[in-house]
Amino acid sequence: MIALLANPYRFMAFSRWAAPILASVAILLIAWGLWLGVTAPPDYQQADTVRIMFVHVPAAWVSMMAYACLGGASFFSLIFRHALADAAARAVAPIGAMFTFMALVTGSLWGRPMWGAWWVWQDPRLVSVLVLFLLFIGYLALRASIDDEAKAARAAEILALVGLINLPIIKFSVTWWNSLHQGESVMRAGGSALAPEYLTPLLLVGAGYSAAFGALWLSRTRSEVWRRRAASLQLLAALS
Amino acid sequence: MRALILLFHRESSLAWGRGGGPLLAVGFFAAMTVMFPFAIGPAPERLSAVAGAVAWVGLALASLLSLERVFERDFDTGALDLLALGPLPLEVVCAVKALAQWIANGAPLAVAAPFTVMALGGRPDSAFLVAATAAIGGLAFAFVGGAGAALALASRRGGVLIALIVLPLLTPPVIFGGTAMSNFAFGLHWQTGFILLCAYTLAAMALTPFAMAGACRNALS
Repeated sequence: MIALLANPYRFMAFSRWAAPILASVAILLIAWGLWLGVTAPPDYQQADTVRIMFVHVPAAWVSMMAYACLGGASFFSLIFRHALADAAARAVAPIGAMFTFMALVTGSLWGRPMWGAWWVWQDPRLVSVLVLFLLFIGYLALRASIDDEAKAARAAEILALVGLINLPIIKFSVTWWNSLHQGESVMRAGGSALAPEYLTPLLLVGAGYSAAFGALWLSRTRSEVWRRRAASLQLLAALS
Repeated sequence: MRALILLFHRESSLAWGRGGGPLLAVGFFAAMTVMFPFAIGPAPERLSAVAGAVAWVGLALASLLSLERVFERDFDTGALDLLALGPLPLEVVCAVKALAQWIANGAPLAVAAPFTVMALGGRPDSAFLVAATAAIGGLAFAFVGGAGAALALASRRGGVLIALIVLPLLTPPVIFGGTAMSNFAFGLHWQTGFILLCAYTLAAMALTPFAMAGACRNALS
């Protein structure tokens, strides 16, 4: 798949169709999942606020997936010097930052009725998502503050890889630091702890968010490729 | 080996000598700990509860201060080009630079840290642990911070950018060291945090020279 799409022409031909298809799949899945989520019976402890889970938890999943994609694209760009991989890395960072921000905001909104506070430092996941957000911001800031595009790309790749190595350690350290949050409940040995009425919409919205992430990533990468083509055409026109 | 010793001598005397050397970091650290009681209030029990944490955050911030100078001066004067062409691999050069940064900043701060903790009312028997934690954590700050400084070389605004990209990466050592110190202060098990801090520092010393060298090559290209 990656080898096939490494060719920019094939990538452009593929993404031209794949992006709108993924976008429509995303809309369908998110709408279906949210409908199921809204019509699900209220939780016996959390009442209606449990529905925030359907927009919060998938955003947190996708934010981590986005950083993994950023790290992967940076790795390919750094090792193989592939221009498309760099365009993909540049394209994915703002999307990841956006999903991370969304996870933080919805988590905070959920925390207010649940824990009685907008922000609770005792929750390791909230804190590690905040650090993830700071990593995205650092990546974007580094990339934006270097004028030379090639240099900005390489420096940002190195930072993304350093962050990728650091991320599990941050996650571990924050969890070790303090753990008040409930443990893993979706994926764990012996089946999910979540009732199927909640698990189905959660997974649907999760798949929908992932499809939306894919559609956004593809179209942003496309526009990055177009932007580079326009820049080189401008250069050609200026030279001739 | 001779080149290595010469380089180390050059780097440490540069880091120690010019621009105030360790005075700047220690002065900042002292000023910061003086400001804390003003903000929190003079009650001894409140101050002694946060003594270790204040010292530890102060260390992290103070060691960020002079990171900009680790590579920038050599980059501007062209010395970094010569070092990159020299017989030593750039990875080793970067590791020596980070080590010199630690000698001029981390080590003096580690000496100053127990005094601050005492001044804020921390337990006197924690002095040795505070110094050891500060020294080992300072190594991690110097190496990870060096990677940030090398990455920011090609950018237009060094200082703030370095802080922005380095601080999230420093979360684990701050947590490990801070927990070790506060656990010791409350008479709890402090060894785990201390050992994890040592592990993080060793990993940072082993891996970040490659990031530093890659970033330097990129900035020089």
